[in-house]
Amino acid sequence: MATPRFWREIPSRYNLIGTKCGSCGTLDFPPRAVCPKCGRKSVGKMMKQKLSGIGTIISYTIVYDAPSSFDLLKPYVLAVIELKEGARLTSQIINVEPGDVKIGMRVEAVFRKLGQEGEAGILQYGYKFKPVTGQGKSPATA
Amino acid sequence: MRGVAIIGVGETQFGELWDRSFRDLGIEAGLKAIEDAHIRAEDIDALYIGNMSAGKFIEQEHVSAIVADYAGLADSHLPTTRVEGGGACGALALLQAYAAIASGLHDIVVVGGAEKMTDVGEVKAAEILSATADQEWETVFGATFPALYAIMARRHMYEYGTTREQLAAVAVKNHRHGALNPVAQYQKEITMEMVLNAGMVADPLGVFDCAPLSDGAAAIVMCSLDRARKFCETPVELIASGQASDTIALHDRRDLTTMDATVVAGKRAFHRAGLTPADVDVAEVHDNFTISEIMAIEDLRFVKKGQGGPATEDGETALNSKISVNTSGGLKARGQPVGATGVAQAIEIVRQLRGEGGKRQVTDAEVGLTHTLGGTGATAVVHIFRRVR
Ligand SMILES: [Zn+2]
Repeated sequence: MATPRFWREIPSRYNLIGTKCGSCGTLDFPPRAVCPKCGRKSVGKMMKQKLSGIGTIISYTIVYDAPSSFDLLKPYVLAVIELKEGARLTSQIINVEPGDVKIGMRVEAVFRKLGQEGEAGILQYGYKFKPVTGQGKSPATA
Repeated sequence: MRGVAIIGVGETQFGELWDRSFRDLGIEAGLKAIEDAHIRAEDIDALYIGNMSAGKFIEQEHVSAIVADYAGLADSHLPTTRVEGGGACGALALLQAYAAIASGLHDIVVVGGAEKMTDVGEVKAAEILSATADQEWETVFGATFPALYAIMARRHMYEYGTTREQLAAVAVKNHRHGALNPVAQYQKEITMEMVLNAGMVADPLGVFDCAPLSDGAAAIVMCSLDRARKFCETPVELIASGQASDTIALHDRRDLTTMDATVVAGKRAFHRAGLTPADVDVAEVHDNFTISEIMAIEDLRFVKKGQGGPATEDGETALNSKISVNTSGGLKARGQPVGATGVAQAIEIVRQLRGEGGKRQVTDAEVGLTHTLGGTGATAVVHIFRRVR
C-alpha cells in the first residue's frame, strides 16, 4: 500500500480528529469535506475537532479467522463504538477477556500499533479501545 | 421504455474448479446461454460482465474484452463493459443490460458474471473480499468481512432476540435446497448440530454461517420483450429493477440491523413493477452469511422487522412454503463466485418461472425476485421477474 496514504491518515488515526459541521453542528469521524446532513451548504464550513475518545459499544464480534497482518492477535474483539459526541467508528477492544465484552460497555481510546501493511511492512498505528477504568485520564495517553 | 425479456441462460458448475481458468468458465457459461437463446453470435449487440476483483484474484483486468475475444467475437467489435459494485456486480451488469435494451440503445445483449477465487489462498481471498468494506476506516483496524456481518448479527440478536439456532436454520435450509441443484457447490444436506458445532469465524458466525469461496460463471441473453417469442418459447420478463447505495462503512449506518439500501432498492423495484412483496412466489436473496438472509427477508418486507429468525425457523421460507427463498441453495450452498452471483440468482428465477426447476420447482411460480448486495450493504440491487403468458 502506498506510503502517502498512510501519512495522510495519521492525524485522525493518532489523535481522533473529526469534523464539526459549521452549518448544523453534526460531528463526523473520520473527517468529511461535506456534511451528510447539509450537503453543499456545509462546504468550506467543516471545522476540525478533537474527539474525547470516550464511547459505548453498540455491537461487537470476536474474530477467530484474521487477515495475515492480524494473525498474532487472534482471537480479538472488534466493535462498533459510539463516541459520546455521537460519531461512530470501528475498533478493537483490548485489556478485556473477550467473553466479558458486552453491548453498552463504556470504553476509552488508547494509542497502539495496529499491524503491518503491505509487503513493505509499514507499521500502522492508531486507536484501540479498552473498558473505562479511571476518571479524568487523557485517553490519548492512557 | 420498452419491455425486456430473458431468452437464454447458462452457467458452469460452481465450486473449487482448479482445472478451469477464468476464460474457460466465462466462455462455457456464455456459449450455453447463446445456445439456449437460439441466437447467432452476430446477433449480439453488446456484452456486460459482472466481475469484482479479477485484478486481485487472477492479476487480470479488462476481462470484458477477454471474454468477448475468447468467445470468438473479436471480429464483431462488440461494445464490452465490465461492471463492479462489490458483491453486486453481476446484478448491476444485468441492470445495465436492462437499461440498454429498455432505452432502445441495444436489441440483444449478453450479460455475464464470473469470478475465479481459488487461485489464491483462503486468507488472501478473505482479504480481497474485505476490500469491499472501508479499507481506511474498517479493515485497517482488524475488520474482516465476516466480522462486520457478525457485528450486525450480534446487534440483531440483542434487539430482536434472534438466536444462533435461527441463524443456523438459514444454512440448513439452503443446503437442503442446494442438494436439489446439480450445479451447486455443495449438494449435501447439513444438520443444525453441524452448524452450531462448527468452528467460529467471527462470533456468532461459524464456518457454516458463511458462504464458500468459489469459481464459476453465469450468463444470460436478453432482448426486447416484443421480439422475445421469436427466439424463445418461454421468455421471462424483467419487469423492474431497483438499485440503492448507503455509507461504505457499517459503523456509519443509521441502524446496524437494517440495510437501508435493501429497503430502498426493494421499494423502488416494487413501485416500478406495481407489485407488493406478497406477490412474490420465489426469491433469491444475498445470503453471503446466514444473518444476511434474515435481514434481507425483513428489509424486503417478506416478513416484519425482527421476524426473519422465527420465520426461517418455522419453515416459512423453505421450498414451496409461504415464500420460497434461495431455492438454488443460495450463495451458501450453490456457491459464491462473486461476480457471477447476481447473474446466477437471475438464472434460478428464470428456471423457476419457466417451470424448469426440477426437484426444486416452486409450484405455479409467477413472480420472482433477486436481491444482491455489495460490501456490507453499501450497494443493493433488486430485480423483479414475471413469467410471460
Ligand atoms: Zn451539517
